[in-house]
Amino acid sequence: MKKIMVPYDIRHETDMVEPLDFNRRSRLKEVDRCFKAEITNVIRLTDMEKLFQIRMVNDKDWERFVFLPGQFVMLELPGYGEIPISFSSSPSIRSTIELCIRKAGKVTQALHKATRGAIVGLRGPFGTYFPMERMKENNILLIAGGLGLAPLRAPISFVIENRADFKEVNILYGAKEPSQLLFDYQYEEWHRIDDINLEVIVEQPDKKWIGPVGLITKLLDDIKVVPDKTYAIVCGPPVMFKFVCKRLSEMGVPMQRMFVSLERRMHCGIGKCCRCNIGSTYTCLDGPVFDFWTVMNLKEAI
Amino acid sequence: MLFKTIKKQAFFDFYFPDFQCVGPKKVGINNNGKPIYQFLPFSSFDEIDLDYETTEYSAKTYFLPYKETLSSFEFKEDDWTQNIKYSTRPRVIIGLHPCDINGLIKLDKVFEKTLFPDPYYITRRQNTFVVGIDCKKPCDGGFCSSVGSNTVTHGFDLFLTDIGDRYFVKIGSDRAFNALQKIKTSEITKNDNELYLQTRNKFEDGFEKTVRVENLPNLLDIEFESDVWGKWGDKCLSCGTCAMVCPTCYCYGITEHISMDFNKSDKIKQLYSCNLNDFAQVAGGHNFRPEPATRLKYRYYHQHRGFVESFGQPLCVGCNRCGRACLSGINPTDVISDLQREQKR
Repeated sequence: MKKIMVPYDIRHETDMVEPLDFNRRSRLKEVDRCFKAEITNVIRLTDMEKLFQIRMVNDKDWERFVFLPGQFVMLELPGYGEIPISFSSSPSIRSTIELCIRKAGKVTQALHKATRGAIVGLRGPFGTYFPMERMKENNILLIAGGLGLAPLRAPISFVIENRADFKEVNILYGAKEPSQLLFDYQYEEWHRIDDINLEVIVEQPDKKWIGPVGLITKLLDDIKVVPDKTYAIVCGPPVMFKFVCKRLSEMGVPMQRMFVSLERRMHCGIGKCCRCNIGSTYTCLDGPVFDFWTVMNLKEAI
Repeated sequence: MLFKTIKKQAFFDFYFPDFQCVGPKKVGINNNGKPIYQFLPFSSFDEIDLDYETTEYSAKTYFLPYKETLSSFEFKEDDWTQNIKYSTRPRVIIGLHPCDINGLIKLDKVFEKTLFPDPYYITRRQNTFVVGIDCKKPCDGGFCSSVGSNTVTHGFDLFLTDIGDRYFVKIGSDRAFNALQKIKTSEITKNDNELYLQTRNKFEDGFEKTVRVENLPNLLDIEFESDVWGKWGDKCLSCGTCAMVCPTCYCYGITEHISMDFNKSDKIKQLYSCNLNDFAQVAGGHNFRPEPATRLKYRYYHQHRGFVESFGQPLCVGCNRCGRACLSGINPTDVISDLQREQKR
């Protein structure tokens, strides 16, 4: 008797044979395959955060790995797990990508023990990005609280590389203590070379601290905004961007011109596992970058 | 759609060589003396009962296994290789009710017809020959007619309706059409059509429970802070049983399991439930939905608000498996009716 069904093998599909490219979202089928990548350098930033410089093992993979500021990658540590991490570096740097990672859970604790030469896996890039092109010819407010400077460093790099396309650029950064400040070795450069007004504030100063003390919203007191000529990117804990965005609204900045990046614990990155759902929205597909209007309309977002 | 009729006995002579066959098997009797059925592998048609009322679990596990290895890593010195396997084992599932097939259609939307098509689901779905059958009467507490899941027009290979000594057959795929060439079938007559419609009408008149769901997307937004959630949420044990028996719940978590000799690690996907305590917990310990009530609300919000926004229909198929399985008596029709009452108050 003839068989009623021929076994279907998805590996014969052309999409499976072609090289892996996570930017072809409607066609890519080999969703769990990761790019092999090597940690080329580990830079200690604070007691809790390290900056990992990572390079693809295979040059061909790197050619297809095109990302934009604000997007994230699933970082696989075989044997430990996979975690979503935002890019901390400029997309135009074609030698390495940089991921700033806080020691927070099981995978990141293991990662903090990793040294130069360790082989990890990358899947991505995933998610939405900051509309940097649309922001050109405007004043830019880049506001970060705590670890929020990690994802914010990608748009900062973009602004610096295209500095002439942007008008006034302000970076406002708040942290709990001076010892928790990230990327402090770059402040001087941002300020003196890149013509960026950088203000840093801490909540609990130590003896050496001479800068302002208080919450990040305090820095907004001295900022003058031209509402329809300004874009803002706000990264940080929900409670922080809630107050900052509310304040910016009062200053007249339209909600569609404020962008935030939300944090959820994604397990898949591809809009399947539902772990990052906010109401009816997948943070991994429709986010992590949202304009503030959208965030205001999401139930339970903040 | 092509239709035929088959003598019941002729269908039972159907022979599926080399395939695993799965169907509704009686596995026990519950407290009320009613038989308990489950979709389980069988080797002869005598082992299954196509007149079953409902199964405890849905057939979801044959498409989305509760536990599935996504990939495995083999370690060698300081390097590793990633291996991925897709299941290509052909399988026949016989006796799926319209709710289960509608559930599969909804899963198709999530896993096939969307961004990042899922190869694990697609291979299982393509390798499964689905034979559906219409229910004889509405099941206990079922409200499929309220969510439009009591009929089915696609998503199966063959679909049977019992019209006495014969089955009225809908043919849903070319492979099913070819398979039917091997057994004796008859063209449908006007009389068969009549019989089919009569059977269906009788079934539809038998519903005891109906709920309104078309206004739920709006209502869930308005009643987001309603006391109804506290009332039902306080009962919820956060055990996740509802998601396990649901034909459409597809949320999952991924963990890695390393072998004892440290040479191999498996990346394992396990179905999860949004009612479990740590579902929305992030690194550092913050939980976005710490109370049972917010988690229960989220489950309804996803099924009747979020999924409608994305796909134009609710995720729920009205099988009431969650209502029957719930240890603390939380029943979808009661929760939804409570919300509807809140609106009228």
